Amino acid sequence: MSELLDPTSERSAALRERAPRPESLAGVRVGLLDISKPRGAVFLDQLQSLLEARGMTVERFSKPTFTKPAPLDLRHEIATKCDVVIEALAD
Amino acid sequence: MTTDTDRERTAAVTIPDGLVAVVKRDCPTCTTVAPVLAQLASAGALTVFTQDDPTFPEGTNPVDDRNLAVSFALDIDTVPTLVRIEGGAETARTVGWLRSAWEEITGVAGLGPDLPEYRPGCGSLTQDPVVVDRLLVERTVPLLRARRVALGADEDVHEAMDARGWTDGLPVVPPTPERVARMLAGTTRAPDDIVAVVPPDLVECTVEKVAINAVMAGCRPEYLPVVLAAIEAACTDEFNMHGLLATTWFAGPVVIVNGPVTRAIGMNSGLNALGQGNRANASIGRALQLTVRNVGGGRPGEVDRATLGNPGKYTFCFAEREHDSPWEPLHVARGFAPDRSTVTLFAGEGVRGVVDQLSREPESLTRSFAACLATVAHPKLPIVWDAFLVVSPEHARVFRDAGWSRQRLTDEINAILQLDGEQFVQGAGGIAEGMPEAFRATTLPKFRTGGLQIVHAGGTAGLFSGIIGGWASGSVGSEIVTREVTR
Repeated sequence: MSELLDPTSERSAALRERAPRPESLAGVRVGLLDISKPRGAVFLDQLQSLLEARGMTVERFSKPTFTKPAPLDLRHEIATKCDVVIEALAD
Repeated sequence: MTTDTDRERTAAVTIPDGLVAVVKRDCPTCTTVAPVLAQLASAGALTVFTQDDPTFPEGTNPVDDRNLAVSFALDIDTVPTLVRIEGGAETARTVGWLRSAWEEITGVAGLGPDLPEYRPGCGSLTQDPVVVDRLLVERTVPLLRARRVALGADEDVHEAMDARGWTDGLPVVPPTPERVARMLAGTTRAPDDIVAVVPPDLVECTVEKVAINAVMAGCRPEYLPVVLAAIEAACTDEFNMHGLLATTWFAGPVVIVNGPVTRAIGMNSGLNALGQGNRANASIGRALQLTVRNVGGGRPGEVDRATLGNPGKYTFCFAEREHDSPWEPLHVARGFAPDRSTVTLFAGEGVRGVVDQLSREPESLTRSFAACLATVAHPKLPIVWDAFLVVSPEHARVFRDAGWSRQRLTDEINAILQLDGEQFVQGAGGIAEGMPEAFRATTLPKFRTGGLQIVHAGGTAGLFSGIIGGWASGSVGSEIVTREVTR
């Protein structure tokens, strides 16, 4: 046995650079993304009041269903409107 | 059927007008007629193609046809074969040696005066499976584009494949270029044809990549079209393979095959249809899962987040028992013609049994089915989960005798499974799980419209049927998807 055919996608393992972390949260626009799992909103409501108590701008988003990736338009909207995003996985 | 590879063979050759003979040295009749061939060739009227020894027959200036290109193009099954070609079209043919036939085709009298009147021919090398296989492999391997993975001389192939993460935990057949070339003969599609974009990594998957994973799964080439259709179905947005992987729920893709292909490739729809022991059932479902794993990157602990999973995630594929079913085949019920073959994909968990050895009336047996189906996922959860009911022959007989159609049985079960809000709201029955209090005054169906499907399978002994529970149904989860199998 000398040679086999690769059954995988042959994607290189090159790592993507992460977006730079914000130096501080002063003045950043925060997106809160509810993936539409039950009670995710409970957690995000708490986060929103804590962040707003610190004078931060918060905008809420939600995925149509937790079973599928966020639609492209929603990802674009979040990227356009927000500096950071917090996603709630919940049950 | 003419395949692409057949077309490649025929496109590559030109056959001259005039007399054409196809021979091989390893044929006593060919050696017997060699002087006749030499006589005709020296008169300039004959081109001889030789299948095994390019020097044979002497004195004919033979054309080497060891790659059998001309032999395949002329569809030769016996040597010698003598053909007359006029304007590129065949106008006469004889096989073996029969003096009168040769004289008629050549227009030459007194051929081979020392030869017997008649000798039967021998088998053409195009009929030799070993030779055909070797040529197929030689022709196809150069077309393969997948990365070659070289193994060390001392490396154990099974350990090497496991170490690279290519397996589902069980041994796989090593995907050598030769095996993949043979697998590709099972389809007319080109190796670089795109089959689907496979979740979760959304990778464009070629026919060749599917063939590699089908080899690993243990498929025979004739199963490949079914595997290709299953992958196409799994990778639709409606089926939602991504979500099915990502969910913590048990489910995986269940493949139900219908139509003539199930008989052609020897699938099991009978005794132990949902169990082990049939190569087609076992390896088709496994090839789908290996493709999702290897090409799509859908691996447990990564995007696959199942809390428990189920053994069907190795493979879960069976055929419907159509020949003595009381109902039209599933694919016909889903809008396909009876002579078509299809795969139907369902996001299913494991199988649970339904016992009813006493019901002889359809109403009673239906109530048994409904009582068991009510427990899919949880008896207090309506609407969300789909289910497949696999009705065995002994149970199906009750409905045949009563004249109940598949739709009638579905409707009767659904009529029973109208759940009362008093029973399923949270806290009812001392169980916290259930629907919100707002639903207390409502009645909801256990299954959404189309959420309960029925299929006929199993052995002829046993008053048992099976339930395969689903996953989150419809647009928030998975739709049942049927795709035609084409070669």
